[in-house]
Amino acid sequence: MSARNWDAESGRQIVRAHKHLDGALLPILHALQDHFGYVDSAAVPVIADELNLSRAEVHGVVTFYHDFRDHAPGRHVVKICRAEACQSVGGRESEAHAKQRLHADFHETSADGRYTLEPVYCFGNCACAPAAMIDGKLHGRVTPQRFDQLIDALEAKR
Amino acid sequence: MSGQMITLYVPCDSSAVSLGADEVAIALRNAADKAKTEVKIVRNGSRGLYWLEPMVEVATDQGRIAYGPVSENDVAGLFAALIKGADHKLRLGMPEELPYLKNQERLTFARCGITDPLSIEDYIAHGGYQGLTNALKMSGADIVAAVTESGLRGRGGAGFPTGIKWKTVLGASAEQKYIVCNADEGDSGTFADRMLMEGDPFLLIEGMTIAGLAVGAAKGFVYIRSEYPHAFAQMSRAIEIAQAKGYLGDNVRTSGKAFHLELRLGAGAYICGEETSLLDSLEGKRGMVRAKPPLPALQGLFGKPTVVNNVLSFAAVPTVLDKGAAFYKNYGMGRSRGTMPFQLAGNVKQGGLVEKAFGLTIRQAIEDFGGGTANGRPVRAVQVGGPLGAYFPAQLLDTPLDYEAMAAQKGMLGHGGIVVFDDSVDMAQQARFAFEFCAVESCGKCTPCRIGSTRGVEVIDRILAGQDKVKNFAVLDDLCTTMVDGSLCALGGLTPFPVQSALKHFAEDFDRNPGKARAAE
Repeated sequence: MSARNWDAESGRQIVRAHKHLDGALLPILHALQDHFGYVDSAAVPVIADELNLSRAEVHGVVTFYHDFRDHAPGRHVVKICRAEACQSVGGRESEAHAKQRLHADFHETSADGRYTLEPVYCFGNCACAPAAMIDGKLHGRVTPQRFDQLIDALEAKR
Repeated sequence: MSGQMITLYVPCDSSAVSLGADEVAIALRNAADKAKTEVKIVRNGSRGLYWLEPMVEVATDQGRIAYGPVSENDVAGLFAALIKGADHKLRLGMPEELPYLKNQERLTFARCGITDPLSIEDYIAHGGYQGLTNALKMSGADIVAAVTESGLRGRGGAGFPTGIKWKTVLGASAEQKYIVCNADEGDSGTFADRMLMEGDPFLLIEGMTIAGLAVGAAKGFVYIRSEYPHAFAQMSRAIEIAQAKGYLGDNVRTSGKAFHLELRLGAGAYICGEETSLLDSLEGKRGMVRAKPPLPALQGLFGKPTVVNNVLSFAAVPTVLDKGAAFYKNYGMGRSRGTMPFQLAGNVKQGGLVEKAFGLTIRQAIEDFGGGTANGRPVRAVQVGGPLGAYFPAQLLDTPLDYEAMAAQKGMLGHGGIVVFDDSVDMAQQARFAFEFCAVESCGKCTPCRIGSTRGVEVIDRILAGQDKVKNFAVLDDLCTTMVDGSLCALGGLTPFPVQSALKHFAEDFDRNPGKARAAE
C-alpha cells in the first residue's frame, strides 16, 4: 500500500482509460484510488471535464461511498469487520484492541503515519470470525492475540 | 509413487485463504519438491465446511480423501500420509461421507469445492452448461415458463418469484435490455454468493446467459462488492475464459445470439444491495434508492427493461433448465420451493454452508449441522436474514426456515444467513447497533431512515441510562412504526425488525439500570 502524490497528467490518463465504460464514474474512482491510494480533490474537476458532469455531481459520488478516501492513507491499511457475526465471537473486543494497538480510531491514521484503521461491515468471512483485512489480505479468527501477531509481523519488517 | 502424478486440492476460497490456505499450498509444493514427488495442486473452491478449512484433499483410486484443518506447520508431518490417502490425525475420510455434507441437498452448490473453478472443461464434465444447451433450443417464453413453473423465488431477500420478474422484462419492448446480477452480498452472516463466485463462477455466468436468452437481453453486469476482491478477480478470469471458449460474446455457442458480461466493483455502500440503489451505482451515480414504480423490470438500468436478481437466483436457473422445473419444485415446502443455501455463522462450532430444501428449522440448522455454539455456552439469540433480520430467542428455534414461517414470526429469511449468539450477548447493544448500522448506511433519501436511525440510537441510549424510560419506550415504539411504514426501501423499513424482536424477546436487557432512573432525571 503505497500512496503517491497527485499528478494531473497520470490522473487524466487514468480517467481517459476508463471513460468509455457504461457508468464509468465508479471504475474511474477505483482506478484513481488504486493508483494514488486516495482520490485527490484535484481529480474532481478533471473527471467532471472528461465525463461532461458538474463538479458537484462528481463530488457527490466520491463522498457517497465509504471506500473513497480524500487523503493518502498510512503505510498499512487495516480494516476490521464490525458486523454482527464478528460481534458474536468477540468482535467488539477485537475492535477496541485494534484501536488501542494502532493508536488510531476508525477513519484515522496513527500519528507516525504507519497505520490507517477503517471499519468494514462484513467480508463474508462470517464462519471464521472475527475478520480483518490488512493491506488487502483477509484474515480469519482475528482475536486480539492474533491481531498482535499480525501487527508484530509487520513491525518486524520495519 | 514416482511417475504417477498425484492431484491435491487446496481451496482458493477467501475464507480458507484467511486461515492460511495459500501458505499450505506453498508448503505442499515445497514438500513435494523435497520428496521428489510429482504433484498437481488444484485450487478448488470450498466445500463450505469452514471449521475444517484449510481442508486439503487428495484424489485416490477410492475417491477423494480429505484432511483438515491443515496448517502450514502440519504439512511436513502430513505429506507422506496425504499423498497415499493414508491415516493421520487430520484425516477426515471421504468428504461426501461427512454427515455435514451427506445430509445436505446440494443443487446450486453441487460442484463447489469439487472442480477447478477456472476450468470450463471441468465445469462441463460435471454437468455444467447442460442448462444453457437446453435453453438455446427453447423460445424465451418457454424458458420463462420453466423458471416460473419451478417456483424459484428471489434468493436475495425479498423472495419475489423470479419467473414473474422475467416475464415482465420479456414482455417489455425495447432495443436494449439488461441482466444485472446483485452480488453486493452485504448482510453479515452471509457468504454464499462469495463462495459460489469463487468456487463455481461459470454457474453464475451460465445462469445470467440463460436469463439473457429468456428475456432478449444481450448485455449483463455483475455488481460485486469491494469487500470481495477474491470473488471479483475470480469472476473476471472466468468471464475471460467463457469469452475465449465461445460461451459469451456475439455468438454464444454458435447460436447467433449475443450475450456480453461485464463486472463492476461496488465501493463499500451496503445500500447498493437494494436493487434500485444498485442500478444508480452501476450508472455511476450516488447509490440512492429510487421510488417504485417504475419497476426496474420496465425502467431499470439506464432506463431500460432490466432483470435484477441475486447471485443465488441466477445460479439456481441452470439446474431448472437442465433437470426440469418439476425436479426443482419437488424440493421445499409450501410456497418456498427448491433448495436454499443457508449459511451458519458467528458463534457456532461448525460454521459453513448448508444447502437444504426449505423446511429445515433454525434448531436443526444450528444443532444438527452447527453442533451448537463454538465455545459450548448456551444459545441465547439467533439472528436470521442479516442485519435487518429478527433475533430469535431459544423458545422459537423450531421455526422452519421458509419465507412464510419466518414472516409469521415477524422475521425474514433474507439471504439465508444464520448468526448464533451465546448467553453473553447484550441484546440492548445489538438493538442499538441495528440503528447505528442503519445510520451509517442510509442513502439519505427518505427521512424515516436518514433521521430515524440516528434518533433510534439516541433513544436506546436514554433508555439504557434509565432516563424517562416509560416515555422513551413509547417514543421508540412510535419511531419503529414510522420507519416501517414510511421508509422508501427495506433498509429503513426493516431496521426496526431486529430492534423490536430484541425488545420483545429480551426485554430484561433493556432494564439493567433501574436504580439510575432518578439520578438521570
